Amino acid sequence: MTEIVGSLLRVLSLIRKELLAILKDPKSRASVIVPPILQCLIFGYAASYDLNHVPFAVIDQDRSFASHQLIAHFDGSPVFTQVATLSDPRKLAAMINSRQVLLALDIQDGFARQLAMGQTASVQIIADGRDSNTAEVATSYAAAIINGFNAQWRQDHGLPASQPLVVTRAWFNPNLQTRWSMIPGLIGTITLIQTMMLAAMSVAREREQGTFDQLLVTPIRPVEIMIGKAIPAMLVGIFQATNILLVAQLWFRIPFAGSFAILYMGLILFVLAAVGLGIFLSSIAMTMQQAMLYGMVVIMPATLLSGLSTPISNMPQSLQLVTYANPLRYAIQIAQRVYLEGVGVSELLPYLWPMAVIAMVTLSIATWMFRHRVA
Amino acid sequence: MTTAPAVIRANAVTKRLRQRHAPPVLALDQISLSIPQGVLAALVGPDGAGKTTLLRLLAGLLPPDEGELFVLGIDVAHDPQRVQDAVAYMPQRFGLYEDLTVKENLDLYADLHGVTAAARGQRYPSLLEMTALAPFLGRLAGQLSGGMKQKLGLACALIQSPQLLLLDEPTAGVDPLSRHELWQIITKLSTEGTSALIATSYLDEAERCQQAIVLRDGKVLAQSPPRNIADRARNLVVLHEPMRDETARDLQARLLDTDDVIDAVPQGGRVRTICRTSQPSALAPSFEDGFMTLLAGAPRARVSRTPSPPVTRRDEVSVEVRDLVRRFGDFVAVDHLSFSVKRGEVYGLLGPNGAGKSTTFRMLCGLLPATSGTLLVAGEDLRRTPASARRNIGYMAQRFSLYPQLSVLENLAFFAGIYGLKAHLRRDRIQWALEEFELAPVRTQQSGMLPGGLKQRLAMAVALLHEPPLLFLDEPTSGADPLARRDFWRRITVLAQGGVTTVITTHFMEEAEYCDRLAILDAGRLLAEGTPAQIRDANIQKEGSTMEDAFIAIVEHARAKAQGP
Amino acid sequence: MIGLSASIRRTRALIRKESLQIRRDPSSIIIGIVLPTMLILLFGYGLSLDVRRVPVALDLEAPSPLVTSLISGFRLSPYFEPVAVTDMQAAEQLMARRAVDGIVRVRDNYPRQNAFGLGKVQLIVHGVDANRARIIEAYAGAVLGAWAAQRQAEGYPAEIGPVIIQDRLWFNAANDSHYFLVPGLIVLVMTLIGAFLTTMVVAREWERGTLEALFVTPVRVAEILLGKTVPYFAMGLVGLGLCVLAARVMFQVPFRGSLLLLGVSSILYLLIALGIGLLISSAVRSQFVASQLTLVITFLPAMMLSGFLFDIRSMPKAVQLLTYLLPARYFVALLQTLFLAGNIWSVVVPDLAVLAAMVIGLAALSWVITRKSLA
Repeated sequence: MTEIVGSLLRVLSLIRKELLAILKDPKSRASVIVPPILQCLIFGYAASYDLNHVPFAVIDQDRSFASHQLIAHFDGSPVFTQVATLSDPRKLAAMINSRQVLLALDIQDGFARQLAMGQTASVQIIADGRDSNTAEVATSYAAAIINGFNAQWRQDHGLPASQPLVVTRAWFNPNLQTRWSMIPGLIGTITLIQTMMLAAMSVAREREQGTFDQLLVTPIRPVEIMIGKAIPAMLVGIFQATNILLVAQLWFRIPFAGSFAILYMGLILFVLAAVGLGIFLSSIAMTMQQAMLYGMVVIMPATLLSGLSTPISNMPQSLQLVTYANPLRYAIQIAQRVYLEGVGVSELLPYLWPMAVIAMVTLSIATWMFRHRVA
Repeated sequence: MTTAPAVIRANAVTKRLRQRHAPPVLALDQISLSIPQGVLAALVGPDGAGKTTLLRLLAGLLPPDEGELFVLGIDVAHDPQRVQDAVAYMPQRFGLYEDLTVKENLDLYADLHGVTAAARGQRYPSLLEMTALAPFLGRLAGQLSGGMKQKLGLACALIQSPQLLLLDEPTAGVDPLSRHELWQIITKLSTEGTSALIATSYLDEAERCQQAIVLRDGKVLAQSPPRNIADRARNLVVLHEPMRDETARDLQARLLDTDDVIDAVPQGGRVRTICRTSQPSALAPSFEDGFMTLLAGAPRARVSRTPSPPVTRRDEVSVEVRDLVRRFGDFVAVDHLSFSVKRGEVYGLLGPNGAGKSTTFRMLCGLLPATSGTLLVAGEDLRRTPASARRNIGYMAQRFSLYPQLSVLENLAFFAGIYGLKAHLRRDRIQWALEEFELAPVRTQQSGMLPGGLKQRLAMAVALLHEPPLLFLDEPTSGADPLARRDFWRRITVLAQGGVTTVITTHFMEEAEYCDRLAILDAGRLLAEGTPAQIRDANIQKEGSTMEDAFIAIVEHARAKAQGP
Repeated sequence: MIGLSASIRRTRALIRKESLQIRRDPSSIIIGIVLPTMLILLFGYGLSLDVRRVPVALDLEAPSPLVTSLISGFRLSPYFEPVAVTDMQAAEQLMARRAVDGIVRVRDNYPRQNAFGLGKVQLIVHGVDANRARIIEAYAGAVLGAWAAQRQAEGYPAEIGPVIIQDRLWFNAANDSHYFLVPGLIVLVMTLIGAFLTTMVVAREWERGTLEALFVTPVRVAEILLGKTVPYFAMGLVGLGLCVLAARVMFQVPFRGSLLLLGVSSILYLLIALGIGLLISSAVRSQFVASQLTLVITFLPAMMLSGFLFDIRSMPKAVQLLTYLLPARYFVALLQTLFLAGNIWSVVVPDLAVLAAMVIGLAALSWVITRKSLA
């Protein structure tokens, strides 16, 4: 009994010391709070595949009422900004080449005539494919505008009521805003980078400063060191995740569909896995420099293969297998699905247990290493 | 000598060092000095006296705030590059490139100094012979021992036959043998006409110089030949014989507590004492005596005389090492080592760099598994017994190893918690530590920002916080100034009187005099063991020889034997 | 003249020293070789924004020849991989598990409504990955549009239009996201080697105190700077070569500009990265802090704000203004243009000019700031 109390006291002392080391200095306190929120804001605004103010050029070879009407539809959209009207299609090349416009709307001679005859008229959309994703998205916006024009035209000309072929409904994100999927994903990504680095540094710093030996000659046991190192890093991680969650809700006003209890359950397991990875790296690194480099070697593929910026299903089979060992993959799924879809625990199980496994494996290896790698 | 032009001339030089989150420190205060050409000068003084700052100013690495500074007749502040072209400078931590080999380091500095291939052909052999580094040309600098690193640093600095040598504690943390060798090099250069200014915390080194400059608090206390400084203790130095059943250490402590004693140190089983008043039949004073007299006004630590645990039987064995072996790959760091330490004993482990002292320490503390052999600390093997057994030991590592970003109080509170001290005991012990080690005024300061002496005190306070019956101290006084070392040893004396067992390593051979028994190690083997007197008497014949002479004799003898048939 | 040859000898000695250290230091190998190789492989194989073979559930309530022909487009399209389901409930379950990314639903009244020109196909997309959802929507519209056009050509009454789109993607007709990811990759690799590695090695010299001894030799500031720059510059060029080779051979990205221009712009960018690295490390003399700072100042913006992943024009004005300060922005524009469009002088000249100005500015700044002084 006294042994348990003693053990608890030692762990508490270590936790207190760790938190003190992180939070005492105003600079390091700020470094725990400010960068995650800043990153969340910048990425929330910048990391978006949604487009607006896309500069486009018009080549109106028809110069008819109908063509003006079509162009007016484009001008009325917040997505597009007309920056040039060209009379000569040959001038277009220069504009696209020099990135003045991303997209061009080419209305050929006879457009109005064809429409008046009840025929189908075609317009050409030319996009700068240097960034194929942006071009793709811009083209789909253009298609939506032309659909709108069609509907208007039919109505104005007494044709059968507008009848789009497709009626689209998007689940969970009705306006298909990238930000809605990006920011819940950032909860995991930013928290991973910060907590893993924090945990990786914590033991490496002690080794480098020689304090680890000092700690090892005290009655504290490796398991206690590990718990005492893991809990503060986890607390910081949960705190940061909460900050990002607050930014998502209060600043970006993304509606939260799920239950906070379930989200936090997932997050706790996730930060445990992240801290486990960090402490594992820490246990194999001898210096802070090494810990940081190992951290980068892990964080880079972890973030690139997380499914946040590009879908996992696009990856080759072998890399998809690798992603199963990536806690961030699960964290992003959990955050997005709880946040946007409001799923329950049963749906999350397939994401929860792999993180528990990752945490268990990394933490056990780290504990073993603490004792056996002290040379 | 007065006619020789000055290689260094300082005229009312003042330097303030800016600090983060603190007002600037006055590192040098209106310093004026002059060192003639061809002179070997020592720069001595307590921690924080401004030695390093002065050398950096001379090397043109920092500009003076006020005053004039001429090196080799050049105004340093005005044209630092011309000074840097002509002097050799060796900073405290010489910047060897650890992932370059010995040869590559030498080549780099030869190229930087524009030493031609032909000149190298002449210079290298003599440098390598002087430093005995020839066999290690292809070895990475990072894999050299501490002493060899210092020698390589010196060789790199000497590559261009400089007109002036500026050395900042070239022998700190270096074992007596390497120190001896380094000084042979320096002396040889000096006889060849090189001028040099050498900062050092070894006072016997200052004695070898023609000039000694004593700095304190950024001011020059004295600049004169060492002889003249020694003379300040003329007629004041006597030897006291301890009473029966009293160690020299205990007598020293007793003497230091009397008002008419300036300083006392154990020496050859007796106590060399500097009195405040003239003594009949006084000894010839040494530089150290003079130095201590010069600094006599310095405040001395109060050491509480109330030891905690009472003394019990002295023959109880505290530490038992039998046939201890530790291998790293093919390298045998500790080679069948056996010794035992009795309760309340102060046991010294001495040996050159790389002798296996630290490895033995790490095994004793349970930080490193032994390859084979028996290790018992308070009757237990710390690697096998429950972690709670480690409550019996206090450990002070070679370099400061407490949390630098935490304050003094936070460090103490953390370790009190880790050692499981309960509420009131914890408060009492922290209070004790703050008072005993005079840390109360700096309790809220970041411990990493403390000056070296205070750091050492804090580390010792932490090691003693849980009142361990056993202390392991690995080079606790390395780099400490003579005053701080006196205070340190007084505390050890008190602890030993209280029955605390101490195992300690040191490179200061005069500190061996404080130990009850010593072991001298080299290459992982035990070369000699016994009381300081036994070791000294068994190995040297000449009267007036020091512990250091005995040590060098023992190690060299063993090495010669190992190399022989 | 003697001064010059001595200076050359000293510089050469410093360069040789640095090269030896690069070869022996594991951290430079990790940053210079392991991380770039990992990035190349991940970008080449792991990351893809292309929408191909999207699993969709087909819920056909009443199969008929008309519906079969309607849906045939989905079966034939390379973009979709339809899964037939029996009812909407099954489809929604698949979607909830994310086994499919969308549901195409044709109600049982479709043939009758179609006869009145009111036929509608319902498309439900999973909005959590908004970007993917939008592209799926556009593809579905295109598939059905093609079907309608076909029907119209076969003489059925016009059900579409009146305006239809013909889109063309310039520079990237294959619509392959590697085309724009690979230039981004080059930016990241150069940033890693140029800024990150340089920061680490210079800060290491401060930290280990090697500069103090170096300063008190005849060596000049310019020689120290040059000795640091040249080896890492060479390493950066090797990294560039690797990336270009990977782009051409592994990912078959076309290269339409001139190699000379690619070389010039890469050299300028590399010099900027080196300059930033040198400045950061002499301002912050600890390896750990310096490398963290470099990561935040150079690497993250190069990834998120340079326009290679996310379109700068769609970012908020404040963020857009920020991107003008980033050298990566200009380098990305240059690379995308040189790879995919060719020597478009209207892009190349101004962007090169900005980069050159940055080089000069940084060189001047390093010259002024770096002093042989410990103060």
